[in-house]
Amino acid sequence: MRQGPAGRASAPLRGVLTDERARGLLFQLAVVLVLAGLVAVIVANTIANLQRAGLASGFGFLTDPAFFDINQRLISYSSTSTFGRALAVGLLNTVLVSAMGIAAATVVGFLAGILRLSPNWLVSRLVGVYVEVTRNVPLLLQIIFWWTVLTALPKVRESLSIGGSVFLNNRGVRLPAPLLEAGFAWVAAALLVGIAAAVAVSIWARRRRDRSGRTFPVGWAGLALVAGLPLLVYWIAGAPVGWDMPERTRFNFRGGLNVTPELVALWFALSLYTGAFIAEIVRAGILSVGKGQIEAALALGLRPGQTMRLIVIPQALRVVIPPLTSQYLNLTKNSSLAIAIGYQDLVSIGGTILNQSGQALEVVGIWMAVYLSLSLLTSLFMNWYNRHIALVER
Amino acid sequence: MTAPSFHRNQSEMVAARSAPITTVGPLGWLRTNLFSSWASTALTAAALYFLWLVVPPILDWAVLDAGFAGEDRFACTGAGACWAWVDQRIAQFLYGFYTADQTWRVDLAVLLLVPALAPLLFERVPFARHLRWFSLAYPAVAAVLLVGGLGLEGVTTDKFGGFMLNLTVGLAGIVLSLPVGILLAIGRRSRMPVARILSTAFIEIVRGVPLITLLFVSNIILPIFLPPEVTIDSLIRVMIIVTAFASAYMAEVIRGGLQAIPRGQFEAAQALGLGYWQSMGLIVLPQALKVSIPGIVNTFIGLFKDTTLVIIIGLFDLLGIGNAMVSDPNWLGLATEAYVFIAAFFFVICFSMSRYSIHLEKRLDTEERR
Repeated sequence: MRQGPAGRASAPLRGVLTDERARGLLFQLAVVLVLAGLVAVIVANTIANLQRAGLASGFGFLTDPAFFDINQRLISYSSTSTFGRALAVGLLNTVLVSAMGIAAATVVGFLAGILRLSPNWLVSRLVGVYVEVTRNVPLLLQIIFWWTVLTALPKVRESLSIGGSVFLNNRGVRLPAPLLEAGFAWVAAALLVGIAAAVAVSIWARRRRDRSGRTFPVGWAGLALVAGLPLLVYWIAGAPVGWDMPERTRFNFRGGLNVTPELVALWFALSLYTGAFIAEIVRAGILSVGKGQIEAALALGLRPGQTMRLIVIPQALRVVIPPLTSQYLNLTKNSSLAIAIGYQDLVSIGGTILNQSGQALEVVGIWMAVYLSLSLLTSLFMNWYNRHIALVER
Repeated sequence: MTAPSFHRNQSEMVAARSAPITTVGPLGWLRTNLFSSWASTALTAAALYFLWLVVPPILDWAVLDAGFAGEDRFACTGAGACWAWVDQRIAQFLYGFYTADQTWRVDLAVLLLVPALAPLLFERVPFARHLRWFSLAYPAVAAVLLVGGLGLEGVTTDKFGGFMLNLTVGLAGIVLSLPVGILLAIGRRSRMPVARILSTAFIEIVRGVPLITLLFVSNIILPIFLPPEVTIDSLIRVMIIVTAFASAYMAEVIRGGLQAIPRGQFEAAQALGLGYWQSMGLIVLPQALKVSIPGIVNTFIGLFKDTTLVIIIGLFDLLGIGNAMVSDPNWLGLATEAYVFIAAFFFVICFSMSRYSIHLEKRLDTEERR
């Protein structure tokens, strides 16, 4: 081995500085040390600050009584319930508005994405205006806008009535509430049986098609099983669903289900905003399917409907699913903007608890844990679905 | 010979007939684009009905029945919108609570944005070489102009508000999130486990939680982490959080671009004797960034829209000023007007960004066309 000229750094040190692996190790060691130091300083500061403020850390506060009201709740709650219960109410409210938003945004988005590609100039332009306007205006502004519109509706005594059973006023939307009677279990069971049978039929039909080439109208059979069977049972069981109709009283309503303007505004804004993004994703997905695919399908004698269903949509879905997943996640996270209009979701209730108890670290920790696990669950499910439909390459 | 003749003897060409008027010209356009089938005709009719239902009332409200002048909302007597407040409040909407006789500094900073951005955004800008130096210096120039110093009267950042707050936070985030995002993306693909784990953890945690919770962290948790004598200006905190949030998304966009570049490009660069950073900076990144332009600009647009969230932690941006005006007794009930006005600001900026990205994609498109 050749020795370097005298006066330069000794060989081992020079080796460390010129060897890529050694340099990498050195760099990583430095980063870890700096980070450990930073964490130590933060922990020391935190302990000192908490002691000065006289705060006990830990999650014991969750069993303390909350002493505040929540008007939007899916589970029973009163102002004497605990902080933990309040957080559960908030979490369920987040899940409620996210689920409603995801369902509506998917419908709006797919519809708008397909109409945007319509050969009809006027329709595609109109949908284009919707997409561009909603995508380029902050969501927070849209949420506050819809909320202002809804709270500017007439007072309760002058409620707008739709068909005498749905009422709109500045305190929300009052809907007839379904009352499930004893026989309803049979209808629910029929629905489950119908779904199972539809899946079985589709598997059988595919096997038969692979074996003999004969097709079977799976769509119609499935519809009959999933929708028809429960309807039939519903009719046989003597319509076991009553409706609790809202009735006008002197100052308010009796009965029915009141949906708060906050929930409706948030749901509207989230669905329209995310719907516009989904529309662009769907459009890109459909455009990504080569023209040759469609021409080949038509040349093979498939009808336009079959071409769409069997050739275009399965291939478009592969492109659509991953970004669609992140839109669903965005919608869930964006539902935290609820705090601006006072819809009591996880962040809003957490904020109230934070102000009352001063347990900032714990509350923020709960927020992060909940959103991270929601993200993780959604991406796990969507990744599973994505693998299911992904292209199997040779 | 009586065999039938199938062709006429003719020495001249038959003159070309013009195409039927139903396939060319305005009538043809209508036929192919609006009335090509029964379904299309029905859609056109539905769309026209919708327009007829929606456009005249909006026009009436916004322009024809609207009031444009007056001291308060009672000056507006028409049935439509009341725009009288725009004249009274525009300064607050644009500058927030910025010292009134110093607002020319904000104007100047915005004006200087033109020569700073021009050489970066467009080709064939005169003096582009020299202007690029100015672009590099612009953040410092703007900071001095806005905050003061060097002989300018000092303006504290709590006076920042209105649209200038959105612009300040948005531009700072845009300028910083791209380099940070690039570093995070490279870190996530690095062979060094520490860099990979740290980048991945940062990206996934930040992307997994809503921006609001991060803003709360900056407002409530940061003071707990710091010694009591250290305070960080709330504007700086917001800038850091918004930048960190956008960088995590940026990193994923750029990682997608990096994945699209074949490994051979990097290996060829190494074979030519370029080091890691040279190969990355000269060969791989330029190609990766080009592929990710739409995603990068979408992240910028998202970041700019997210600047409205600062109202959650008590800063008065454009939307915050609008909310304040809506509850002012003089202008009570003008919420729709205020929100439409604010939406227009954001729409113009975000829409131009997305149009520019389409233009840039076309300009940089070097793929051979078949």
